[in-house]
Amino acid sequence: MSQPASLLKINNLHKRFSISGDFLDQLSFKGGKITRTQEHVHAINGISLDVKKGEALCVVGESGCGKSTVARTVMNLLRPSEGEIHYAGKRIDNLSHRALLPYRKQMQMIFQNPYASLNPRMTINQALHEPVKFHNPKWSHGQVLDKVHEVMEAVGVDPSWGVRFPHEFSGGQRQRISIARALAVEPEFIVADEPISALDVSIQAQVLNLLMDAQAERDLTYLFITHDLSVVEHFGTRVAVMYLGTLCELADTKELFSNPRHPYTKALLSAIPKLSDDREPPIKLTGEVPTPVNLPSGCVFHGRCPYANERCTQEIPQLKPDGTTMVACHGIDEGRL
Amino acid sequence: MPLLEVNNLEVCFGLRQGSVTALRDISFQLERGERLGIVGESGAGKSVLGFSIINLISRPGFINKGEVLFEGKNLAALKNKEMRTIRGNRIAMIFQDPMMTLNPVLTIGDQMVECLRAHRKISKQDARVISLQKLKQVYIPSPDTRLDQYPHELSGGMRQRIVIAIGLLLDPDLIIADEPTTALDVTIQAEIMELMVELCERNNVALILITHDLGVVSEVTQRTIVMYAGRVIEEGPTKEIINDAQHPYTQGLINALPQMALPGQRLNQIRGTMPGLNDLPSGCAFSPRCDYVLPACHEAIPALTKSGGCNVACHLVTEQNNLSEVNE
Ligand SMILES: Nc1ncnc2c1ncn2[C@@H]1O[C@H](COP(=O)(O)OP(=O)(O)OP(=O)(O)O)[C@@H](O)[C@H]1O
Ligand SMILES: Nc1ncnc2c1ncn2[C@@H]1O[C@H](COP(=O)(O)OP(=O)(O)OP(=O)(O)O)[C@@H](O)[C@H]1O
Ligand code: SF4
Ligand SMILES: [Mg+2]
Ligand SMILES: [Mg+2]
Repeated sequence: MSQPASLLKINNLHKRFSISGDFLDQLSFKGGKITRTQEHVHAINGISLDVKKGEALCVVGESGCGKSTVARTVMNLLRPSEGEIHYAGKRIDNLSHRALLPYRKQMQMIFQNPYASLNPRMTINQALHEPVKFHNPKWSHGQVLDKVHEVMEAVGVDPSWGVRFPHEFSGGQRQRISIARALAVEPEFIVADEPISALDVSIQAQVLNLLMDAQAERDLTYLFITHDLSVVEHFGTRVAVMYLGTLCELADTKELFSNPRHPYTKALLSAIPKLSDDREPPIKLTGEVPTPVNLPSGCVFHGRCPYANERCTQEIPQLKPDGTTMVACHGIDEGRL
Repeated sequence: MPLLEVNNLEVCFGLRQGSVTALRDISFQLERGERLGIVGESGAGKSVLGFSIINLISRPGFINKGEVLFEGKNLAALKNKEMRTIRGNRIAMIFQDPMMTLNPVLTIGDQMVECLRAHRKISKQDARVISLQKLKQVYIPSPDTRLDQYPHELSGGMRQRIVIAIGLLLDPDLIIADEPTTALDVTIQAEIMELMVELCERNNVALILITHDLGVVSEVTQRTIVMYAGRVIEEGPTKEIINDAQHPYTQGLINALPQMALPGQRLNQIRGTMPGLNDLPSGCAFSPRCDYVLPACHEAIPALTKSGGCNVACHLVTEQNNLSEVNE
């Protein structure tokens, strides 16, 4: 059996943000000399990943670890500082706006913040019609209306909402509208940044079912960012666990949940809130939460890891296979974990 | 006297298409130090309820009926100026949208210092020290650097933690938190919820936690209110609601959790969607989606009635209770 081809390939991606303000702010007077210092947020530090056609790759990880930044660089909303993004075999991170246009239809993004992703001055109808018309210039008005109606229904958006403006809706209602907008142009690849975190459980179920149906029917591929691990367990084919801008574990969903390897993954799984009272107490991480401004040396997790040794504080662990899982941890590499 | 008492609250929005009622006949009480969860369908009115309590409903929305008594004082009738001193100082609200609290053109530090100095007579330096300490409490890495950053430079989850830190700045008596940890990963969520519970217990602070995460509700709150289409449909001790939900909607909600279905299988969604506020069906608002409808369900709106340790608004539950009483 041949492996399904990768639709998206991320090669050694780095992204730094400068946080030192403009040129004058960067100057300082030290030891009798004027020096220029620039501080950076190291949001992503060398991530390589591929998403296979038809799969739902879930990205999980601590808040601030760079998940949205990965999503935004994949979608070309940010330029990588280093590294490359390939889509369907073509490099896309260096393309001009014009050259990107054909990809804009195939790749859609659902944003994390439903409050900021809809234009406040457009009615819901306008927000949904616009992209469909733009990407299907030959369609008749009737065809556009039909398509918009179809997706509205699919995500539980009442067509009578069409004449209203985004601020008149609750957070969850807005998020459903954004999801409808992404699905309306029939993309083949969707980057979804926390698409259902703002939704209540019954709508979550509805939207997840919808996304799974779309995947089965149209062979849709997802890069799915979420921190809800029960959703990952249910929906994901593979899971990438990130910590401070690096990948610490990459595994098939079932394997990750039944046999997590990386100490951070273990802590993450143990912290899932449960309905019952008889669960084991979560693994508590101690130590200072590290910062992407001054990256720790060695393993980015060493300051909070109960198993860190001398080597962990100095040498960056590489992603290595352990069974079918890929994991970056010296402890596992040395066989002491 | 309870810390907070909401009586028959009704909130409307005047829209071009006519006025819609977003909250109907909401009543509940909250004691000092008590932690209450509010869950329910998206669009059910949870955020509007949070806003109404602190009298932050603004045009086209308005409080049409009812009262919100905070230590016996009706907040719904207070002048703006009086309300401002209570808001922030005595009641803190953590909004669902962090950018509602954060000013995009001010650094985090400036906003926190300003907020502190608006309510207390302290120096800038002292205010900065307190701000730093609160940022540490919510596990913001390198808090010193963050104080001088602007909101857009922070990740979604960090913004939300900053908003929580601002909510805690003035040591309030009541915290209303609208989806405070929705954007956070579980390890930080667990730490922050633990921190909030600890703060509430130590200082006898009451908490209203609006969330759709039933796991969080069950770990943090003592009592829970379930809302549907602007009404309270079930209310009682959290344990009872989670383990033994009586209202068909609450049951559906719990059944829809991913844990309740096999991996890769379709989830048990509740069929249909919540009706729009301006075309509610007659009788029970849940009746078009309910598997147990009785003739009565289409006729009268079920009243919130005591059943076991909870109050439930459902004809089926009332009928079953009547039957078992007759049998005994
Ligand atoms: N400014 C407004 N104008 C008109 N209608 C509004 C306005 N704000 C809220 N509504 C309506 O009031 C209802 C309740 O909204 P609310 O934001 O309280 O929902 P919610 O329960 O918090 O949902 P979510 O879980 O999605 O945040 C919704 O149907 C919404 O459309
Ligand atoms: N425009 C920017 N300027 C400076 N720093 C930024 C900018 N955008 C993001 N960052 C920083 O990059 C890091 C990663 O942010 P990102 O939004 O990708 O995190 P995330 O994993 O999506 O977190 P969350 O789960 O909280 O949304 C954070 O430290 C953030 O402060
Ligand atoms: S009142 Fe009737 S329709 Fe409403 S939830 Fe109960 S049984 Fe179902
Ligand atoms: Mg993010
Ligand atoms: Mg809300």
